Amino acid sequence: MKKNLSYMDSVHRDGRIWNIAVMILLLAFPCTIAILFSVSPDWGAFGVGLLATAPMYWAVGAIETVTFVPMLGAGGSYLSFVTGNISNLKLPCALNALEQNGVSANSEEGEVISTIAIATSSIVTTLIIIVGVICIVPLTPILAAPELQPAFEQILPALFGGLGVAFVSKNWKLSLAPIGLMLVLFIFVPALNAGTVGIMVPVSALFTIGIGRILYKRGVL
Amino acid sequence: MEFYVNHPIIFVIVGLLVAVVLGQSVYFLVKALKRSKELGMDQTKIRKTMKTAAIFTIAPAVAIVISVITLSKKLGLPLPWLRLSVVGSMSYETVAANNALSAMGQALGSGGDLTAQQYLNVLLVMTISIMMGIWLVPVIGKKLQSGLSSLGKRDAKWADIFSNGLFIGMISAFLGFVFCDVCRLWDPAARIVKTTDAESGEELIKTVSATSGLIPVCVLLVSAVVMVICGLLMRKPKLKWLSEYALPISLVLGMAAAIPITAWLG
Repeated sequence: MKKNLSYMDSVHRDGRIWNIAVMILLLAFPCTIAILFSVSPDWGAFGVGLLATAPMYWAVGAIETVTFVPMLGAGGSYLSFVTGNISNLKLPCALNALEQNGVSANSEEGEVISTIAIATSSIVTTLIIIVGVICIVPLTPILAAPELQPAFEQILPALFGGLGVAFVSKNWKLSLAPIGLMLVLFIFVPALNAGTVGIMVPVSALFTIGIGRILYKRGVL
Repeated sequence: MEFYVNHPIIFVIVGLLVAVVLGQSVYFLVKALKRSKELGMDQTKIRKTMKTAAIFTIAPAVAIVISVITLSKKLGLPLPWLRLSVVGSMSYETVAANNALSAMGQALGSGGDLTAQQYLNVLLVMTISIMMGIWLVPVIGKKLQSGLSSLGKRDAKWADIFSNGLFIGMISAFLGFVFCDVCRLWDPAARIVKTTDAESGEELIKTVSATSGLIPVCVLLVSAVVMVICGLLMRKPKLKWLSEYALPISLVLGMAAAIPITAWLG
């Protein structure tokens, strides 16, 4: 048990160091540009631009942190919140890996599996982008072909169809109510769309946990 | 030094930053692999997990490359390369760049090359506006995790239902999202859509067909049916290997089906 704790503790220690270091480096990038090209920002315009952008994305970021950290596991969270593409890539990848290995997200095995899946996915993504950047000239006409665009526009439905079947079939009692609720809300409330799905994730998660509590207490689950 | 968006020195800086991010992923991968050996976990399963994760990642990663290409037309190659290798997305970067530029009386679509100052402002707004999770996880991540693990010690079954509830809740929200444009069938107002052109950042208003809201629904169904078929085939001992590929196969076939479906309903 002691060793168990020490692994998790070391993940948190290393994760904190890495994330803060990456954050400082990301902030150092604009400073370096300013120094190299002897230019200073237009501070007034920066304030206006920041005010127009940051409050919403900070709020979404805070909600995402609270919602996704319990799903991603410790190591997976530190990595995912640096490398991004959480709901369309990292989280499905981790879920699929947990499912494939039949381990619980709460066990240390689950922590290890989700970290491995997320780290592999991050590495592959980064490498594919590097290849894309190097080969941008020959790749552009292929990837930007209008015939292919519908396929890339529909990644999320193509992803959640398969993932939905895999998860819902194993948890159908728990799934009926939240799926029903979300379908009704998204179909009939016009304000719910691609921009607001991130806000509905925690709403739906809390609702599902509530339903889970009721079903558990009644001995249905 | 004279500034331009594809200056070699910017490539070098971005290359170094991407290398650090890659280094973090490798570090955590090695750490988790070591731990899996200590825990005596089946290493063939671990290798399969890595293989599946890698294959599954290809299609979404190619989509990210397309975003890099689109954004690079105005912002140069290195900036989108960095931004999409770390937290962010094409829609976020477009919004952030446009907000930064419009505050300077410019737009992504306005002609001419970016000046060093415009570039710097875009870079600052893009970098800072999304910087939430990266420091919030170090601050509250451990507390959130230890809350969950103490829940697990008190009542293991309830802890499992709790984490399944989180997953199902997330999946339900995205399933609902797939249906969000179905109302175009009966609501003509929903057929008028505003989009932001990724290259110019301009707002475009266009009218789409009544059935266009069904495109994502049909893609979802194709992907779900493929997954069901994979699930049935996997029961045969000879086809057990399919379990590694079921999710990537349903993803890619769903995406491929989107091409004829969009031509049909779009």
